[in-house]
Amino acid sequence: MTDAIVVDGLVKRFGATTAVDGVDLTVAEGTVLGLLGPNGAGKTTVVRVLTTLLLPDGGSARVAGLDVVRDADAVRAAIGLTGQYAAVDEYLTGFENLVMVGRLYHLSKKESRQRAGELLERFELTDAAARTAKTYSGGMRRRLDIAASLIARPRVLFLDEPTTGLDPRSRLAMWEFIADLADGGTTILLTTQYLEEADRLADRMVVIDHGRVIARGTGDELKAQVGGQRLEFTVTRAELLVRMAERLRPLAIDEPQIDAQSRRLTVPVRGGAEVLAEALRWLEGQTAEIVDVGLRRPDLDDVFLTLTGHAAESATPATEEPEPVPAGRGGSGR
Amino acid sequence: MITVGQTVSDSLTITRRNLIKVKRVPDLLVFATLSPIMFVLLFRYVFGSAIPIQGISYAEFLLPGIFAQTVVFGATITGASIAEDLQKGLIDRFRSLPMSRSAVLVGRTFADVGLNVVTIAVMMITGLIVGWRIHTSPLEAVAGVLILLLFAYAMSWVMAYVGLLVRTPEVVNNASFIVIFPLTFIANTFVPTNNFPSVLRVIADWNPVSAVVQAARNLFGNTAPALPVNQAWSLQHPAVYVLIWVVLLLVVFVPLSVRTYQRTASR
Repeated sequence: MTDAIVVDGLVKRFGATTAVDGVDLTVAEGTVLGLLGPNGAGKTTVVRVLTTLLLPDGGSARVAGLDVVRDADAVRAAIGLTGQYAAVDEYLTGFENLVMVGRLYHLSKKESRQRAGELLERFELTDAAARTAKTYSGGMRRRLDIAASLIARPRVLFLDEPTTGLDPRSRLAMWEFIADLADGGTTILLTTQYLEEADRLADRMVVIDHGRVIARGTGDELKAQVGGQRLEFTVTRAELLVRMAERLRPLAIDEPQIDAQSRRLTVPVRGGAEVLAEALRWLEGQTAEIVDVGLRRPDLDDVFLTLTGHAAESATPATEEPEPVPAGRGGSGR
Repeated sequence: MITVGQTVSDSLTITRRNLIKVKRVPDLLVFATLSPIMFVLLFRYVFGSAIPIQGISYAEFLLPGIFAQTVVFGATITGASIAEDLQKGLIDRFRSLPMSRSAVLVGRTFADVGLNVVTIAVMMITGLIVGWRIHTSPLEAVAGVLILLLFAYAMSWVMAYVGLLVRTPEVVNNASFIVIFPLTFIANTFVPTNNFPSVLRVIADWNPVSAVVQAARNLFGNTAPALPVNQAWSLQHPAVYVLIWVVLLLVVFVPLSVRTYQRTASR
């Protein structure tokens, strides 16, 4: 299998800040790579260099076998990009948006129209095809944006935080569309802060923080790196958590985590159900205050916490109303 | 490589896209034409009642000035629209496409020429109603309109550069107002310059806007032998002087804007 994306020692600086500090990664053709990291980790900068929007300060990158600096024009013809904000023209209809992008990829008029029709259908936008994008909900805009990046059947697709700001239902729908694309053989590089998203969509993951790769592998490999299981308690009053953490410390293989807001204590442990039973014995006298107990395998949140020393920016996907995105005011009169 | 044919077709695609917006947001065109109509009426009847111009009615003197002022102000639309596209991430999308590197700017400035044609037509009709007349051949009149459009086109490229630098439509509007207002007022736009204080008069005489206005007056025949003759070379040869400015502005700002566009990212 050949590699659709090869990044070697990539460096990008903005003034005194080094946003990307020697990132190496490869994405095999036809696979999905999840590029994970908190806000400001450098994910978007990597995508911008790979899509020729920014020039690198060091290292090299090849996309679809082409150098992103020397063969920038050819790279642009081979890729599709959906950025963090749905970049659709809100004064054009869904159909017009897609035809315009098709024409700018230098497809013929006929082919642009035909592809626009196909993609509107595939992304369930046929009913809204003749409406201006201004009237679309956030989820619809995102779908239109992805449809636009697919119009010329790119070999490599870049999705920069494709579900940020979407409500849970739109997010699920988007995941299905992305999974379909991956099944169809498109190579995808996807950035996300949502560990659940990467876990679900990506074949392999690269975790970056402060512009550096701190871990890579499949989801299972990353989880194995953390090891053990997690004991989780939810209690009635947050004040109890510190005392409980102290009592259970002898069982823990790593620092227990307290989340006062959700009144939850997470203790990394080794051993199965017996540890759970033992923990409950140790907590005797307080069990009446416990509303939920569980033993689970570490998830990517735990991976993240262990690797970076801090939680992912928003472990729980933010929920927003599925309203049209108020992306600035229309009109540009004098 | 991107061919010349592709550059033309990309530019037309973007022009079309910008003109569709004008169609979808009629307020844009309404306000773009209402304010010049207002200016024509206000100046014609308020200033016109107190400003006697020798040998010619104030309406005839005024209209070419208003034409020039309006198209120069119209250039801010170019800057504001580019800034808006940047803000909304559309420039990022365009820059990730295998399209011509200059098409977004060429398409934008082309669309604004279209907008200016409509605005000038509306102002001309208003002018005819309030007593302005063309006294020259249709060919000369067309040349007068062309001079206005050419200078406006060059100004559009200046504002496109401003839009790429400033990145916020509101700031483009306010910032350019500070420059464009004096640019169109320290000129022969609304009154003859012969009574200006001496320094101001030199500035006004060599202001390219004065030359645009003078060229338009000559080509529409809105002059009179009784009008004081201005000896400045720029106003003796206004059309040539305007063309020099147009070439100068385009030679500087087209490459500058295209280069900036290529390096600009939305954030």
